[in-house]
Amino acid sequence: MARAAVEPGLRPLAWEMRGRVALALAFVLLAALPFVLPLLGAQAVVGLATRMLIYAIAAASLNLILGYAGLVSFGHAAYYGVGAYVVGILYAHWASDEPLLGLVPGTDQFLLAVPAAVIVSGLAALVLGALSLRTSGVQFIMITLAFAQMLFFLFVSLDHYGGDDGLIMRRPNALLGLNLRDDATMYLVALGALALYLLLLSRIVRSRFGRVLSGIRQDERRVIALGIEPYPYKLAAFVIAGMGAGLAGALMANMTRFVSPDMLHWTKSGEFMIMVILGGVGSLFGPVLGAACLIGLEYVLAGLTEDWQFYLGPLLVLVVLFARGGLSGLLGRRAGVGGSDG
Amino acid sequence: MAEPVLRIEGLVKRFGGLLATNELSLDVGPGEIHALIGPNGAGKSTAIAQIAGELPSDSGRILFEGRDLAGLSGAARARLGLGRTFQVPRLLEDDTALDNVALAIQARQGHSFRFWADARRDAGLRGPAMAALERAALADRAETRVADLSHGEHKQLELAVALALGPRMLLLDEPMAGLGATESRQMTAILQGLKGQVAMLLVEHDMDAVFALADRVTVLVYGRAIATGLPEEIRADPEVRAAYLTEGDA
Ligand SMILES: Nc1ncnc2c1ncn2[C@@H]1O[C@H](COP(=O)(O)OP(=O)(O)OP(=O)(O)O)[C@@H](O)[C@H]1O
Ligand SMILES: [Mg+2]
Repeated sequence: MARAAVEPGLRPLAWEMRGRVALALAFVLLAALPFVLPLLGAQAVVGLATRMLIYAIAAASLNLILGYAGLVSFGHAAYYGVGAYVVGILYAHWASDEPLLGLVPGTDQFLLAVPAAVIVSGLAALVLGALSLRTSGVQFIMITLAFAQMLFFLFVSLDHYGGDDGLIMRRPNALLGLNLRDDATMYLVALGALALYLLLLSRIVRSRFGRVLSGIRQDERRVIALGIEPYPYKLAAFVIAGMGAGLAGALMANMTRFVSPDMLHWTKSGEFMIMVILGGVGSLFGPVLGAACLIGLEYVLAGLTEDWQFYLGPLLVLVVLFARGGLSGLLGRRAGVGGSDG
Repeated sequence: MAEPVLRIEGLVKRFGGLLATNELSLDVGPGEIHALIGPNGAGKSTAIAQIAGELPSDSGRILFEGRDLAGLSGAARARLGLGRTFQVPRLLEDDTALDNVALAIQARQGHSFRFWADARRDAGLRGPAMAALERAALADRAETRVADLSHGEHKQLELAVALALGPRMLLLDEPMAGLGATESRQMTAILQGLKGQVAMLLVEHDMDAVFALADRVTVLVYGRAIATGLPEEIRADPEVRAAYLTEGDA
């Protein structure tokens, strides 16, 4: 309660400045990481860190609807997977030199494939969101899950694109002469994408649109009594979140040069939810922490024991029980605004 | 008599076998305060929810400024100028008092598909919101989280939020409920000050307030209006006294 007391309203300018300096510093340190780690003989960790950054984008996008708008979507991996498949499928058509459906030429260009992935996953979110958002509560959770599983089985059945086995890209996308195969380069691209997406989210949650989302989470009937129809705002948030997940999927496709239906599986949606809850629902940087911790924990535990999943469960339960507001709440200073306390 | 602001004809609401609203008809003239009284469970809140568009009606018509509200969502009715307060305050508890009023101002200014500028630094929202809080005598609580406000302040803020929408009619569901004697008198004075400017349908158990404020009173029992009239007539009506005013309201 005490920590939340300063949260609403305007924060003093001095705090704001200090926060910005701290952020800039953190960004510089993170940007230096791929050059420092090899000096410490920890080259392999760069790839791990890249995965954390990419998952952080997916988790942060889910947090916009889950944490700020209170929409418990259990199918967020669908948009992540669609983003990845757009990159993979465009690459496959470029490699085979056959236009998609005889119309759309393939591409291996990052600056074409990734925006296309973001747009297509946004469209998928628009269609599925338009239908799911007619429901609420448990029904909403179940219908988002059902739609995501439908997409999962759709990609499993697409034998042309590898079906169950997925799709291998021989090379990552070409980006302005950069070599995305290089760990440090891929890391920096992911870091840049995360920074941009977080900047966008930080503006959105403070904007008029963000105020409406927060109102919808807190009391939808109150918002209606103000003359605001919640549905279009929820749908817009759902689409923005879907686009973020699509961006993460497109980056992951480039990093692993592999896409498969597993990326859309409901367990992946569950992982995203765990990242958000672990890091702190409704705080801007919580999902970044949550993604880093979950991926890091998986990595460490997997190195220690084969039954790592067995130990991961209780660890997560401990965090949820003892750190209200997740890890970012535990650290005592929540970077987001309008965080939920419930 | 001038065209009523609100006119209800034969309104019905059934919850399974329960007739919560039973052929209710009433009207509220321009600037008039029409009190709706009745024992607990009489269906007062249900009637308000039907008028506000939160509950669909089984039959009957609701006309607001001559316009049939059938098929209009709750939000659309609010935008037409039909404001309401809730019996149990519904406010954004995590936000400050100022934030709550600012969201009402924001809603009044049109759509909120604005994604970039900081709403909490928007003078076009904060200014009018602060003015609304001042009118409700809540200015010194502007930066307090709603969850930390007293019950009386919740009730005051509910009214301030409704007024910030610039309504042409207010549906007030027990604005005095849970208030102490002093707070009740304050709230009565505030409503007295609004009298004549906004039409009001006032649901209230506090008979002092009702008889001080109301131009007309309708008595609801088991969803049915058993009497409508001037406050003095209602006070004298034997049927009303038997059904409702027995608790020493002489
Ligand atoms: N959603 C609902 N489902 C079923 N029954 C309901 C529902 N809402 C209200 N009721 C019933 O309808 C009747 C009228 O309730 P309502 O809340 O309108 O009464 P009220 O006059 O506002 O009472 P109070 O003075 O206690 O606020 C009550 O018997 C109540 O139990
Ligand atoms: Mg009631």
